Amino acid sequence: MFKKEIPTGQRSSKVKSSVQRGIRQRFLDTYPGFEPYIDEVLPKKAQLDAVKLPDKCTLYTIDTTPLFYQPQDGPPVPHLKLVHAYPDALPTVQIDRGAIRFVLSGAVLMAPGLTSAGGRLPEKEQALESGTVVAVKAEGKELACLVGVLKAGTEEMKAKPKGVAIDEGHYLGDGLWNFHLD
Amino acid sequence: MAEVAASGPLESHAQHVVYCGVCTLPPEYCEFGGTAKKCEEWLKENNSDLYQRLYSDEALNSNLSSLSVSVRERVARDAAKKEAKAAQVEARDAEKKASSKVQIKRVERNKRKHVSVIAGLGIYGLENKKVAKELGKKFATGSSVTKSASGTEEITVQGDVSDDIKDWLLDVYGKEIPESNIEIIEDKKKKKASDQA
Repeated sequence: MFKKEIPTGQRSSKVKSSVQRGIRQRFLDTYPGFEPYIDEVLPKKAQLDAVKLPDKCTLYTIDTTPLFYQPQDGPPVPHLKLVHAYPDALPTVQIDRGAIRFVLSGAVLMAPGLTSAGGRLPEKEQALESGTVVAVKAEGKELACLVGVLKAGTEEMKAKPKGVAIDEGHYLGDGLWNFHLD
Repeated sequence: MAEVAASGPLESHAQHVVYCGVCTLPPEYCEFGGTAKKCEEWLKENNSDLYQRLYSDEALNSNLSSLSVSVRERVARDAAKKEAKAAQVEARDAEKKASSKVQIKRVERNKRKHVSVIAGLGIYGLENKKVAKELGKKFATGSSVTKSASGTEEITVQGDVSDDIKDWLLDVYGKEIPESNIEIIEDKKKKKASDQA
């Protein structure tokens, strides 16, 4: 999604506090895992800023710390730095080592990367539906390298390990990662 | 993270993550960044604990053993390619920096009134808008970012302050911009004021 660098000099605008309440609620609804940390991540009194990104996407920040971005359609997606700070707040899947370099160069994540020996998908009881936002870790690494929306349910992928698993994610070293507000 | 530090007792929840100073990725992903060599050195200097863990022989071997031989070769080739590319980009950037000039131009507005136009700061990683604001403050004049006829952005500072701008640039951004790369241009007509400049 952010394969291209984001042009600098983007202006941020303050979010109205009433709107901010709505955003906060929506974020919590989407990510129950952030419930215990929400006062740290997004304190009630803090002033949220919105930055317009290409593709009709909005990035929400507090001061200069990016929190999450909101595409025009679909749920808000947390910034990778946020994912790194709260690693257990999002459901995770794991890719094998061979897939890392493709992910980090911005390729679409394909299902075999998750189903092969180095990859890991959640157990059947905690299966994830398509449309869930997941953090993707890598074999032998501790931190997530990609966040994105699942294009196929995890059980589906196990049954048929083919096709796209996540496209248009936010990965390490992409435009959003290198985007700095100052 | 600023917001975490401010929240006192809750602080413990957030993990503190070290990011590489060279490629900005978490150090464990440095090997995929294209500047692996430099990253390794950086980590060695700045965070030796992590360095021991990531670059010990054991860790390197376990990384390799999980892949088959042919895949390993391909990965190595790809990594080499990427590194070469990164080096090339860097070299090109450096060359560009060395060859490009910051131009400070004095343009006549109205007989005795002049404005100073600065172009070419972008290549040195300076943001026109910010520099414009600072210049305005420094010289207590109007200062704005304007589009030149060719479509590039430049800074227009009211008043004839070309020399002062040069001194200021060297003072503040001297590290980024070598003195020889700043040139002051008098606008063509009316050269009578050049002795004064």
